[in-house]
Amino acid sequence: MKRRDFLQKTSVATGALTLSGFGLQSFSIPVKTSQITILHTNDVHSHIDVFGPEDGRNANKGGVARRASLIESIRRENPNTLLLDAGDIFQGTPYFNYYGGELEFKLMSMLKYDASTIGNHDFDNGIDGLYAQLPHAKFDFICSNYDFSNTIMDTHSKPYRVFKKDNIKIGVFGLGIELEGLVDKNMYKETKYLDPIETAQEMTRILKDDEACDLIICLSHLGYDFKENPNKISDLKLAAATKNIDLIIGGHTHTFLSKPTIVKNIEGKNMLVNQVGCYGINLGRIDFYFDSEKNKSAHGTSITV
Amino acid sequence: MAFKPFFFGLLLVFFFGCKEPHLYLTKIEGKQISISDSLSTNNEIEAFIKPYRSHIQKDLDSVLAYSAGTYTKSDGDFNTAIGNFMADAVFDEANPIFKKRTGKNIDMVLLNHGGIRSIMSKGNVTTRTAFELMPFENTLLVVEMKGTQMDSLIAYLSKSKKAHPISKLKLIIDTNFNVVEATINGKNIEDNNTYYVATNDYLFNGGDNMTFFKPNNSVHDLNYKIRNALIDHFKKVDTISPVRDDRFIQKTTKNN
Ligand SMILES: [Zn+2]
Repeated sequence: MKRRDFLQKTSVATGALTLSGFGLQSFSIPVKTSQITILHTNDVHSHIDVFGPEDGRNANKGGVARRASLIESIRRENPNTLLLDAGDIFQGTPYFNYYGGELEFKLMSMLKYDASTIGNHDFDNGIDGLYAQLPHAKFDFICSNYDFSNTIMDTHSKPYRVFKKDNIKIGVFGLGIELEGLVDKNMYKETKYLDPIETAQEMTRILKDDEACDLIICLSHLGYDFKENPNKISDLKLAAATKNIDLIIGGHTHTFLSKPTIVKNIEGKNMLVNQVGCYGINLGRIDFYFDSEKNKSAHGTSITV
Repeated sequence: MAFKPFFFGLLLVFFFGCKEPHLYLTKIEGKQISISDSLSTNNEIEAFIKPYRSHIQKDLDSVLAYSAGTYTKSDGDFNTAIGNFMADAVFDEANPIFKKRTGKNIDMVLLNHGGIRSIMSKGNVTTRTAFELMPFENTLLVVEMKGTQMDSLIAYLSKSKKAHPISKLKLIIDTNFNVVEATINGKNIEDNNTYYVATNDYLFNGGDNMTFFKPNNSVHDLNYKIRNALIDHFKKVDTISPVRDDRFIQKTTKNN
């Protein structure tokens, strides 16, 4: 019995190899390339409709139905795409006041979001209000530094997730902002906030060493930078204090950047921090190109922003 | 069975030797795409949103009251009709809740001038009016304050040169912006008395530089949004016709 299993597996393996175009004799590795596209939003704050033509700041911008067609066309061009959100999905238009976030989650599911982290405003109807809307979300909530074990959200968020696209393993973890002093305790209840840097170190260890991820992305609602409060943890601080994170997708500070920020991590390696303002006015797009030709990687990774 | 180790060895080569070439990250490109009118609209998404939007619009546009005039926050230097309306409405709606919970009355209401986010136009007043006046989610708090803390509040108001909405407090300042008279219920503010000041969470946390609320361990959260207080008020009244009055004035001459 054992032997038969063995032979079957062998033939399956051979078949697969032939299909992939690898000859049994020749071990010269063909050039294989891979492109992973990361699309992201943050702080959409229930902005579902396009801003009106009279709006003082964002006239005729945004709108979920337009974002949907853009995402669709990018996915058609590259199916190896992940769509992520950095939190504060809730609060900002009557859609939230009337439906409590139901429509926001349903639309994100229709747009095939892969994951989101949790922002402070996602507690605006209390942790129970967030929990109540979860059935409408067909994507994961990833938050590594909120300990929900004594709350109704227990087991309903993940500390990290590994996505596999075109044989590239993409590890995603999430960091939420300290809620004390920002959100009423009655809202977040027994949610415990854990240190973001320590959590990030733990998550990158798991994702790099245990899960052997090729890419590590942090979904952060910590905020881009706090110039007036230099001791406060931010995306720029987190980036400089950690290693093995390729991209931090940020939120909370509603920061409009002219381009993603290149930051040197603790090992002196370049990585990216990005944030795309708020209200669904922009979509962030980061493309990661992989190549099997070693000579290319000898020059390191080039970053174009 | 003798070939088994060899076979296994071959398999290992298959799976680990040349199954997939290791890929190296060679290039990263980052950009931002504006969601502008050059993008087409996804009709399926649009159709899905439509019933939600129609319901909200219908509800927002349902008429709750009638405004006798058009009121704006620039109608007065120290108090305005619209500000008086908002602060008084907050008092009328919040005081019964506070009284029921604590047995006490709210002594005064303080909101901020910048918190009046739109005008109130003559004609129908709808739920939308409340959303326009108060788009934020701020909730009402009642803060217990000692008379000495109240002095800081009064000093702030007297120097602010803004028509911050107040209710139940009466304040007179001179041409140098010094306090001439500050009374609640017709009585001077006493250092040792406790005053119950209704405000919103934004101001309590120091918004608009209102730093006088803190430190404070005695805060009652009414879990009641200002906007909802306005909506509840609109539902109770038929016609809104607030006026600028003498609750906060500057005395321009000694005998005035
Ligand atoms: Zn936000």
